Amino acid sequence: MTPDDALTRYVTRLGDNALVLGQRMIELVAASPELEEELASANFSLDYIGQARMFYTCAGEREGAGRDEDDFAFLRPEHEYRNLLLVEQPNGHFGDSTVRAVLFESFYVLLLDALTHCSEGGVAEIAVRAIKEVRYHLKHSSQWLVRLGDGTEESHDRAQQSLDSLWRYTGEMFVADEVDAIVRDSFAGPDLEAIAGQWRHAVTAIVNAATLDMPDDGWMATGGKEGRHTEHFGYLLADLQIMQRTYPGQAW
Amino acid sequence: MTKQEWPLYEVFIRSKSGLSHRHAGSVHAADDEMALTNARDTYTRRNEGVSIWVVRSDRIVASDPAETSAFFEPAEDKIYRHPTFYDIPDEVDNL
Amino acid sequence: MYTQGLDQKGEAVGCASETPEQLAAFQARIDAEEKIEAKDWMPEAYRRTLIRQISQHAHSEIIGMQPEGNWLTRAPSLKRKAILLAKVQDEAGHGLYLYSAAETLGVSRDQMVADLLAGRAKYSSIFNYPTLTWADIGAIGWLVDGAAIMNQIPLCRCSYGPYARAMVRICKEESFHQRQGFEIMLTLCRGSDEQKAMAQDALSRFWWPSLMMFGPNDANSKHSAQSMKWKIKRFSNDELRQKFIDVTVPQAKFLGLEVPDDRLHLNEESGHYQHSDIDWQEFFDVIAGNGPCNSQRMAKRRKADDDGAWVREAAQAYAAKRAARDVA
Repeated sequence: MTPDDALTRYVTRLGDNALVLGQRMIELVAASPELEEELASANFSLDYIGQARMFYTCAGEREGAGRDEDDFAFLRPEHEYRNLLLVEQPNGHFGDSTVRAVLFESFYVLLLDALTHCSEGGVAEIAVRAIKEVRYHLKHSSQWLVRLGDGTEESHDRAQQSLDSLWRYTGEMFVADEVDAIVRDSFAGPDLEAIAGQWRHAVTAIVNAATLDMPDDGWMATGGKEGRHTEHFGYLLADLQIMQRTYPGQAW
Repeated sequence: MTKQEWPLYEVFIRSKSGLSHRHAGSVHAADDEMALTNARDTYTRRNEGVSIWVVRSDRIVASDPAETSAFFEPAEDKIYRHPTFYDIPDEVDNL
Repeated sequence: MYTQGLDQKGEAVGCASETPEQLAAFQARIDAEEKIEAKDWMPEAYRRTLIRQISQHAHSEIIGMQPEGNWLTRAPSLKRKAILLAKVQDEAGHGLYLYSAAETLGVSRDQMVADLLAGRAKYSSIFNYPTLTWADIGAIGWLVDGAAIMNQIPLCRCSYGPYARAMVRICKEESFHQRQGFEIMLTLCRGSDEQKAMAQDALSRFWWPSLMMFGPNDANSKHSAQSMKWKIKRFSNDELRQKFIDVTVPQAKFLGLEVPDDRLHLNEESGHYQHSDIDWQEFFDVIAGNGPCNSQRMAKRRKADDDGAWVREAAQAYAAKRAARDVA
């Protein structure tokens, strides 16, 4: 593939991560443990949907085939979404969604930081906006993980279980494929190997502050970047796409 | 089982540089940091703030409305504190 | 409309310790359009009525997140998804401002929520209806928020300071809610035949429940008189309902939709629309807990509360540990 192709796919993947995580967080509406948390969670969902829109619009413009943000969001088949498996995991309980947030956002903030230096101006611009939002999310989610880890015995156990069960989805974030390599080499994009070390350092600090144990690296799930999803994804897409699939080509 | 709730905090927002903080309402939070972020999420969603103060409601010391007359009326007698008490000829500027 | 439940029960009588002089002085303040603030002297019945009304209003906002939240994952475009999410978030915020205002009267949020979850507290009847199609989201914004705004603007001048101020904040944020709903309806009515039929169906199902939001007819609203005297209520149920109908029927005509009332017509003399009788049995059934979605709404609210208990406890335990560490 050409470097331009690679960057377009890369930007689409960023949109996919944001859309899928935003969609998962939306499912938490009216289910938060406290009213103030509803407001925070909705803010984060809005941020992610906003980022998805920016990334998809950028991808559509780069592609030049007339696709807009909704075409990317609603009209692709399952294997064309290339999000990380971590963000499509179901919400579970508050511990699960908090751990998912900490693990992904610790990575995402480093990724976005690197992307602010991307030689493709449009992408750098989006990264500059998104990183402000994600830094605030990460602060929120890591503070919560500390409260859960260092709260009651029950919250500690639940948080540890969440960490243990989601850990297998973290490896995928740092495995560079052809698209990652081209973006790194041709567009001053992120170096996933370097990010991996920084991520581990940051996550270790949060996990320690939460009095939790770092899980051992075992088998890691992969496939997201190739469009091979977990079983959960089909249901998420069914919900997401139903209106556009049932009433094709109409305006809303 | 009695549920113990998160304490109540009063929220004060300075909406623009140069203005004073104004009381905006209250939020519940388990600790001070959470109170600050909850206040931000609740009261500055539309960019209505540059500075937020949160104070636990039970730490606020307030004058007693029942004592309003004793507390405030003596000041009303001292009308020489008001500029309108003084008669200055119109020709004098800057006073 | 947040007094729907109040009209049903016998309301609190005054306390033995309240003297005629105190009551008269209080009424004089109200008549002079003075604002009553949190620690001011007030009749017990005033305090209790306000607590009920404000908390019912708060509960309505929170429960109201559910019928609209129902369509968040299925919103038909990213723009609509974002707008709806912002609206639902505002509703959570409004609930929060209102609980906040009620707490100034000496009741805790915990107590109010416990009353809601135990079925002792009411919330607006409209939220017990299901959202079956995307068009329902348009209908809710247009009709339900439209009705709410009609009620809320006068409340910005209610006699109790914290409630009035919360209402001012809410009204500022509310303006986009109704517009987004109407815009959805407009887009559907200008779209395909299927979309237009979807919009018509939504109007047909939400029209009468929206009229019921304003509460029983004035003749059957026993406690309105005292609330009006105390300026907790500024207009009667029928006045607001009529105003809503007069404003909304032309909007339906503009959309090209039929209001589901074949006796609806403009009375040229009065300038008001006359309509068929409201089926009050449906209204009483719904507020007694027998509407299409009452048990589902309460179950979801209870589940959120139950699922969140360990989280809230964890936050408190952590705060206590930190406080102990800071002192040490």
